Amino acid sequence: MSDFSIKVEGLSKLYRISHLSGQRTVRDAVHHGARLVWRRLRWNTKPTREEFWALRDVNFELKAGEVVGIIGRNGAGKSTLLKVLSRITEPTKGRITLRGRIASLLEVGTGFHPELTGRDNIYLNGAIHGLSRAEITRKFDQIVEFAEVSRFLDTPVKRYSSGMYVRLAFAVAAHLEPDILIVDEVLAVGDSAFQRKCLGKIREVSTEEGRTVLFVSHNLASVRQLCSRAILLEQGRVAFDGPTAEALAAYTKPKETKAEYKHVGGDGAARITHLRLLGEGGAIPVFPIFGTIRIEIELEAKPEAGGLECFILIYGDDGECVAASFQADSGAKSEPGAGTRVISVEFKNPFAPGMYMVSAGIFDAYRQFHDWVEFAETFEVLPGFSDGKAFDQRLGRISLDAEWMP
Amino acid sequence: MEGRYWRDLWKYRELLGFLAWRDVKVRYQQTVLGAGWAIVQPLTSVVVFWFVFGRVAKMPSGGQSYFIVVMVGQLAWQLFANTLSNTSGSLVASSQLVSKVYFPRLVVPLSSVLVALVDFLFVFGIYVIAAVWTKTMPGFHALLLPVFIALALVLAIGAGLWLCALTVRFRDFRILVPFLLQIGVFATPVGYRTDYLNRFKEILAINPMTGVIDAFRWSLLGDSEAFSWNSFIPSLCWAAVLLSTGIWYFRKTEKTFADDI
Repeated sequence: MSDFSIKVEGLSKLYRISHLSGQRTVRDAVHHGARLVWRRLRWNTKPTREEFWALRDVNFELKAGEVVGIIGRNGAGKSTLLKVLSRITEPTKGRITLRGRIASLLEVGTGFHPELTGRDNIYLNGAIHGLSRAEITRKFDQIVEFAEVSRFLDTPVKRYSSGMYVRLAFAVAAHLEPDILIVDEVLAVGDSAFQRKCLGKIREVSTEEGRTVLFVSHNLASVRQLCSRAILLEQGRVAFDGPTAEALAAYTKPKETKAEYKHVGGDGAARITHLRLLGEGGAIPVFPIFGTIRIEIELEAKPEAGGLECFILIYGDDGECVAASFQADSGAKSEPGAGTRVISVEFKNPFAPGMYMVSAGIFDAYRQFHDWVEFAETFEVLPGFSDGKAFDQRLGRISLDAEWMP
Repeated sequence: MEGRYWRDLWKYRELLGFLAWRDVKVRYQQTVLGAGWAIVQPLTSVVVFWFVFGRVAKMPSGGQSYFIVVMVGQLAWQLFANTLSNTSGSLVASSQLVSKVYFPRLVVPLSSVLVALVDFLFVFGIYVIAAVWTKTMPGFHALLLPVFIALALVLAIGAGLWLCALTVRFRDFRILVPFLLQIGVFATPVGYRTDYLNRFKEILAINPMTGVIDAFRWSLLGDSEAFSWNSFIPSLCWAAVLLSTGIWYFRKTEKTFADDI
């Protein structure tokens, strides 16, 4: 018998698109049902529900005490995998065998109540993760010390700074003492000193206490630091499972096959075939603040396409569009003509550190869509300026390239 | 699998208490009256019903003070209505938790039952004062009151489980529940007695809460009251059906709560 602590066999998870969007009211459901009947009456045999396999036949085994990173692009199935492993949602197929208690930190501050004090929230959060009151009391001082919030214990957390909030949330989760700890992307928030502290704690939990850690991050540097082994997910499948260095290499290797983009609009007379972001850092390009971002839009135009104009939209990781640029803004026109060509755009990165997504599209001469691909590429802005200065936490989503006159 | 679920639920019993404690603690924060609201609301309803049914409509009180008749009706109704509305909205109110952490989902609606029980204690306090004031002392029938409280809870939890699972999928029920309760308070003998309604008695007995309120009155209005089996038996049947199907439907759908919520 092997000493595994997680064993995953043939795990698959199917989402129906109707679950993801719409049908929130009875009226929608009735409407949907009526449409199904109508289609059947019209002998339309097209599938009426879109299905989407978030995970497809995933298999792996984790030994006790292993720290394993999960990497992959947005939508590769990382979050779904973690949700299924933490029993938040059921898999459609396959089985999971877990040995020991599992605790998952999928989001910082889940279950924190803003009106309650820090002290109350520590107890509440512990209980949410399955600890008893006595267990929490025993670890209370450690948690407070780790979070560095002792002065504010009796202040409602709604008055906390976001940094204090994150520290407290991580501190509770880190002291749960589970046999298996699942951490998702939580370190993306908080300042760098605290991030280092968290990474240190995760390492301590695994090496000294022999716990299994499953770690998901877009920050490849911390995956490299922390994990001896990594699993690369691609479109819901395990694309690579092995030593971290090799997994990262496989991940950052330029794709030979072009990614399938989500075309959300347009007549298709001209289509975007490839979107490239030129920057450091492999699969997810990284840029410093005020560094130059170059985006190349490779497109294929049919003879009827006529004059073209490209545009890009940049979205924050909350899905909100934070910036847009149209080709006409700079007065650069593209001459009509069929065939493949590349239209590029360059700008000085104004965005605050974080993850961003890029959508791009093509207008015809009358600003009607030829094509529009949504969230085609992702990039990360590092917490530092292009001239090497460090970025200190501040409000705002963009940085002004401002000149100060003392 | 089934056994493990109920064991988990037992393991998370402290969370049940914590969630209830959180809701109680947070609810009256930043209000001037604070817990006073838990008294003002039911008391106002009792006064309004006493005035409309007792004074204006002059409904028969069965030899009792009309105020205490309404008070006991309100005691039972408030318990049922609060439990039902708390449980039915509970999952959606905790959607953040449900989609990010595992725990037996039954914890959420059950913890909201505890919150309703806290409110019940306040209303019970008003009842005690009213009973002393109107000199309507209960006899040994009062010993059976816990059974009737349990019956009201089972009815509310059974219906509440259905409603909270349905609300995850269809938000219509968020609007429907307050509406149903608003009508329900008149379709239930809260402000009037059933003994003197000849024609509507049988129809009213279909309402599961009629049996509970009749039983509350039998239990608390002194030992001269007659027990109404005609309304009590339907209540028992409703309770059995609602609770068993409620748990069944909840367990069936909870696996995909995180996907749908």
